[in-house]
Amino acid sequence: MSFLRITSPHGHSPLDTAQVMQAVLLATLPGIAVLTWFFGPGTLLNIVFGGVLALALEAIALRLRDRDPQRQLKDYSVLVTSTLLCIALPPYAPWWLIATGILSAVILGKHVFGGLGYNPFNPAMVGYVVLLISFPLQMSSWQAPRGLGEIPGVTESLTALFVPASYDGVTMATPLDLLRQNKGLLLDDLFSSTPQFGQWAGVGWEWVNIAFLAGGVWLIYRGIFTWHAPLAMLITLGLCAAIGFDSGSSESGGSPLFHWLSGATMFGAFFIITDPVSGATSNRGRLIFGALVGVLLYLIRVAGNYPDALAFAVLILNFAAPFIDQYTQPVTYGHKPTKEDDE
Amino acid sequence: MNTIFKIHGGIHPDEEKQLSNPGTVLDAGLPPSLILPLSQHIGKPSSLCVAPGDYVLGGQLLAEADGMVSVPLHAPTSGTVVAIEPMPVPHPSAMNNLCLELECDGEDRWIEYAGCEDWRVETPDTLISCIRAAGVAGMGGAGFPTAVKLMARDRLPLQTLIINGTECEPYITADDTLMQVDAAGIVEGAQILAHILGVEEILLAVEDNKPAALDAMQKAAKARGGDCNVMTFPTKYPSGGEKQLIEILTGKQVPTGGLPADLGIVCQNPGTAVAARDAVCFGKPLTDRIVTLTGRALARPGNYRARLGTPIEHLLTVAGFDPSQNQRLIHGGPMMGFALESSAVPIIKTTNCILVPTEQELPTPPDAQACIRCGLCAEACPASLLPQQLYWYARAKDQEQLERHHLADCIECGACSWVCPSHIPLVQYYRAAKGMIKESKTEKIRSDRSRDRFEARQERLERETLAREAQRAARRAAAEQKAAAGGADDPVAAAIARAKAKKDSASDESANS
Repeated sequence: MSFLRITSPHGHSPLDTAQVMQAVLLATLPGIAVLTWFFGPGTLLNIVFGGVLALALEAIALRLRDRDPQRQLKDYSVLVTSTLLCIALPPYAPWWLIATGILSAVILGKHVFGGLGYNPFNPAMVGYVVLLISFPLQMSSWQAPRGLGEIPGVTESLTALFVPASYDGVTMATPLDLLRQNKGLLLDDLFSSTPQFGQWAGVGWEWVNIAFLAGGVWLIYRGIFTWHAPLAMLITLGLCAAIGFDSGSSESGGSPLFHWLSGATMFGAFFIITDPVSGATSNRGRLIFGALVGVLLYLIRVAGNYPDALAFAVLILNFAAPFIDQYTQPVTYGHKPTKEDDE
Repeated sequence: MNTIFKIHGGIHPDEEKQLSNPGTVLDAGLPPSLILPLSQHIGKPSSLCVAPGDYVLGGQLLAEADGMVSVPLHAPTSGTVVAIEPMPVPHPSAMNNLCLELECDGEDRWIEYAGCEDWRVETPDTLISCIRAAGVAGMGGAGFPTAVKLMARDRLPLQTLIINGTECEPYITADDTLMQVDAAGIVEGAQILAHILGVEEILLAVEDNKPAALDAMQKAAKARGGDCNVMTFPTKYPSGGEKQLIEILTGKQVPTGGLPADLGIVCQNPGTAVAARDAVCFGKPLTDRIVTLTGRALARPGNYRARLGTPIEHLLTVAGFDPSQNQRLIHGGPMMGFALESSAVPIIKTTNCILVPTEQELPTPPDAQACIRCGLCAEACPASLLPQQLYWYARAKDQEQLERHHLADCIECGACSWVCPSHIPLVQYYRAAKGMIKESKTEKIRSDRSRDRFEARQERLERETLAREAQRAARRAAAEQKAAAGGADDPVAAAIARAKAKKDSASDESANS
């Protein structure tokens, strides 16, 4: 009889790309749950609407590129992109905002460069930055968290999404905005005089960050990605914040804890900068990549002009990733310099 | 107890070792005929010393070693040589190679052989020639002639002999079984090899997933005296790779492009140690080995003692083979073994395992997806390479970057492909890229050589032209010099004078007549 000829290895680990993507989606659930608790069903609706749109766009793009949509849609990668983008968008965003973001992310961020695995930039962040630059007003209207404003119900959420003109929600400046605009108040006074500040950072935001941290730690435990980039980013962000803390004066940039638990910090550390395609590829490279994102994140937050800095920090470092790779190649077996070489 | 060092990377696939019931040796029986390839080792094929129609006894020499890096081949049983022609051999390319077909007469009559009485008093050279004469080649997989490896003693100072009983590939239990049934033979073989190499230290390495083998080895080492050190370490693939094992046991890395002997280390397989012992103590040539027959397509998997040259189809019948859809027949283990096209090929000195899995057991890989640069491969690589980058450059055929990323240090263990969530056959890309680089290097050598030849020719032609011109110039100079020295003695005037004189004398003669 004739036997099937396949090259070695003949076995395979049980993990495949679709499962990696599914694990990432699963790990966003705690964060999404907390976002929904504090800000209402807006984020959930964003994710569902964005996901359907993204799948449709991906299928069209694959067909136009002569690929097999049946097969490639099953890798779940486009759902990861759309979910991450929609988590970052303000809840109760109008449909056209989400659609523009998804279109930019999937087409401009991914397929223009050749699809999965070939994108030099993080697609979700491409979508986010396009929106932030084009629609700054809509992008900075964050719903007030539970306890500080009324949380919209499902009907209102649907109205906000599809008939934005007739929706009127309660929005509030986020703690990061408030801190940047602070003029003259000591940090303690700012925290006690402004209702948006909670125990360590912003009301709601601190729990959102803790939830994304939990999801991220689970992914590291599952071996989906390594700890290098997230840890490096959190360390440098903390260090920068410690340097800029200025004992909580009116000029203070905020405490390390405030920065760790504000805005998109944990979401970014575990779900955005860990994107393997657009990040650095060796573990040493990931340390450098994460550390630089942390520094940039702090600088843009404190000295920049945008509500949050993650997307810019990530895109700038995406540019640098191949350069980082060039200089962080691990020492191959048998290439360690020996004592004789040193002499 | 010596310290154990950690190596980078590695994976933990399902071991599946119990499937072949390590520790028991079954008899594979005598097939109707044996097929003996003349090249079962690395180096030049053996050169025949029998002809079709010859009757041979078991243990009789069939082919001699041809040159230094070669081994002889002996008859594994008695019978008649019926054919000497190219036949399919176990090789990834499914190629044919010169084989000798021996029709067994079933009587299994053997020649008489005898070994050294006490190897301790023999010189290393005598012992090496015993091992060489017995046709021993590395039985772990590569099949390098053992005698040649032992000659490292003449070139480099050696300190350590490692017996590599790691057997880290899933499924394979041939060495495990040998360590359980003949630990004393392995220890004695190791002592003989150490004696030849002139080394003091013997390390017997066993992975910690083989407690029975470890126990047997420890007992045997103790019984035979103190110079053997049995070492164990956590199970991880590919700890049994020679370079990896050396790092685990010594913390040192074999320099790139170098050999373990550069660190004063020689590695041998337990099966090779026993074969060396048999050669030295009994004069017995290497004519059989233990082969693990395993996989869920077999009703009776196990470790079988089989004669070299036994066709795999015979072994499959013995082990109760039940073929299924997409059936694969793998020579070696699931990580580094290669798929065979036909079961007509024989087992050879390096065959440690024949694996016949079912489709459920080792599914046919799905089509590869895009690389998402997740880096799991780099985490798994025992050589600390960046497989994701190598993949990129292999596809781009970028030789410069491939060399900068040390493609040559890839040991093709398959750990990267095993973990790749996109099912990319990474190792296959590296094999192809290595082939491409090798080819272009050969091409470069060839073109360099023809350029050198061309330049040499040009130079020679130029030299000859110059020499001719120099000669001409010298002649002219000499003539001019002569003319100058003669002064009035102008050659033209002289010639005219001579002609005139001749004419005058001619007219005189005519006048006289």
